[in-house]
Amino acid sequence: MNSEEILLKLAECVEFGKVNNAAPFPPTMKGQDGADELTKQALEMGVRPVDILNEALIKAMDRVGEKFTQKKIFVPQMLMAAKAMNASMEHLKPFFQSGEVKRKGKFIIGTVSGDLHDIGKNLVAMIVEGAGWEVIDLGVDVSAAKFLQAIKDNEGAVVGLSALLTTTMQSMKNIVAEIKREYPNVTCLIGGAPVTDQFREEIGADGYSSDPQGAVNYLNALVA
Amino acid sequence: MKKISQEILSGKILISDGAWGTFLQQKGLLPAECPESWNILHPEKVFEIAQSYIDAGSNMIETNSFGGNRFKLSFFGKEDQVYDLNKAAAEISRKAAGPDKYVLGSIGPTGKFLITGDVTEDELYETFKEQAIALEAGGADALIIETMTDIDEAKIAIKACKENTSCEVICTMTFDKTDEAVFHTMMGVTPADMTTELVDAGADIIGANCGNGMENMVGITKEIRATNNKIPILIHANAGAPVFQNNETLFLETPDITAGFVNPLISAGANIIGGCCGTTPAHIKAIAQVVKQK
Repeated sequence: MNSEEILLKLAECVEFGKVNNAAPFPPTMKGQDGADELTKQALEMGVRPVDILNEALIKAMDRVGEKFTQKKIFVPQMLMAAKAMNASMEHLKPFFQSGEVKRKGKFIIGTVSGDLHDIGKNLVAMIVEGAGWEVIDLGVDVSAAKFLQAIKDNEGAVVGLSALLTTTMQSMKNIVAEIKREYPNVTCLIGGAPVTDQFREEIGADGYSSDPQGAVNYLNALVA
Repeated sequence: MKKISQEILSGKILISDGAWGTFLQQKGLLPAECPESWNILHPEKVFEIAQSYIDAGSNMIETNSFGGNRFKLSFFGKEDQVYDLNKAAAEISRKAAGPDKYVLGSIGPTGKFLITGDVTEDELYETFKEQAIALEAGGADALIIETMTDIDEAKIAIKACKENTSCEVICTMTFDKTDEAVFHTMMGVTPADMTTELVDAGADIIGANCGNGMENMVGITKEIRATNNKIPILIHANAGAPVFQNNETLFLETPDITAGFVNPLISAGANIIGGCCGTTPAHIKAIAQVVKQK
């Protein structure tokens, strides 16, 4: 295989969630090398880490995000694509750490205080990471203080806030207000089932997305 | 008491209960507070909820055990209290239900994914088994596995309930409507898929809960009935989608609106009607009134 072929194969593994050779999913790719093996092979072949990220991972995850928006795939396919992407990313970590491969920016994300729901938040985190951003995931039930600390520790980061319950939308309102008070220039992106663009306007947040790919498009536009 | 399915077979339409989550919040449950802990800490408030639905005309009431599995409870450090919390939940509802109303032990999803290897089938089976046994011990007549989105998790829960208790097993899933008016759970399961798989897995009663107001539930019921013309169907619609207005949460489907959809729902094939998020004893009363007139 030449480098073009291996990148195509790797992208296919990420898009369809083929994590490694031993993985039984998807059934159509049984017994084939997965994202794990192919990334290792690509690096050994001399394929540049930045090309692996851009040509294979980002392109594949972009397709995954689009298909999810179009309801052509569902949560399981997203989760497996993300798992395959993570298997590949493991091999790229040293290059991120050394600074050889730069990412587009930092994205802090958390489910707001009082809310324990994380599936949506996790999907956004996975897709944004797959788009080439560094994601700092604060988890669930995240207080204003915790968000503020993360902002302090990660200068220039964009902040994403998630809520699934209407009852915790109040929490989102309070946290955005506190963030804007302390750090008026920090960009806040919100989302979650009961959240709307109107709510975004009401609470003074900067962006709203109804799905993970929307978050990617918003973030990419910030650094375009 | 006769089995619920037997009552359905003899032609009855039964009334289930309404929301517990939103009702608990009304009674002071704080955000990120463990709802099941109230079975030990504030059993009288939990009892009030159960009694309210009996008074409103429910033939059956659920239990405050929706998140009572090991995984959800571990967030609160209460994973070792599965048995106690679930048993207490059933006991409270049993007390309110008396000897002649049904108690449905609520079993909700674990929030863990099988497909990613987050959790194994055995681990899921074990926690559902724990819950089922405790709920039966507390006096549950049936077990209601609800708000499911993953077909495999639902099947494992049904198996755990069937193999370890003598309770009737109800299983409902939560569907979303896509732009093309097709229904899927977030994991991609359609009402038709659900019907085939869950009946095969041994569920006595199936249906849908949450995520939708009454109108969508009529559509979902039609799809279930079109796939299987015999299986009893239970429907728990929300009081519409919640909206955040003036710093409060509002559910816009009033009891009158809900009641207006009862006959269409029955015509579509529903046999048991109750409510999910945002519904109140007033909703149940309104539903019961329509059913009584049939």
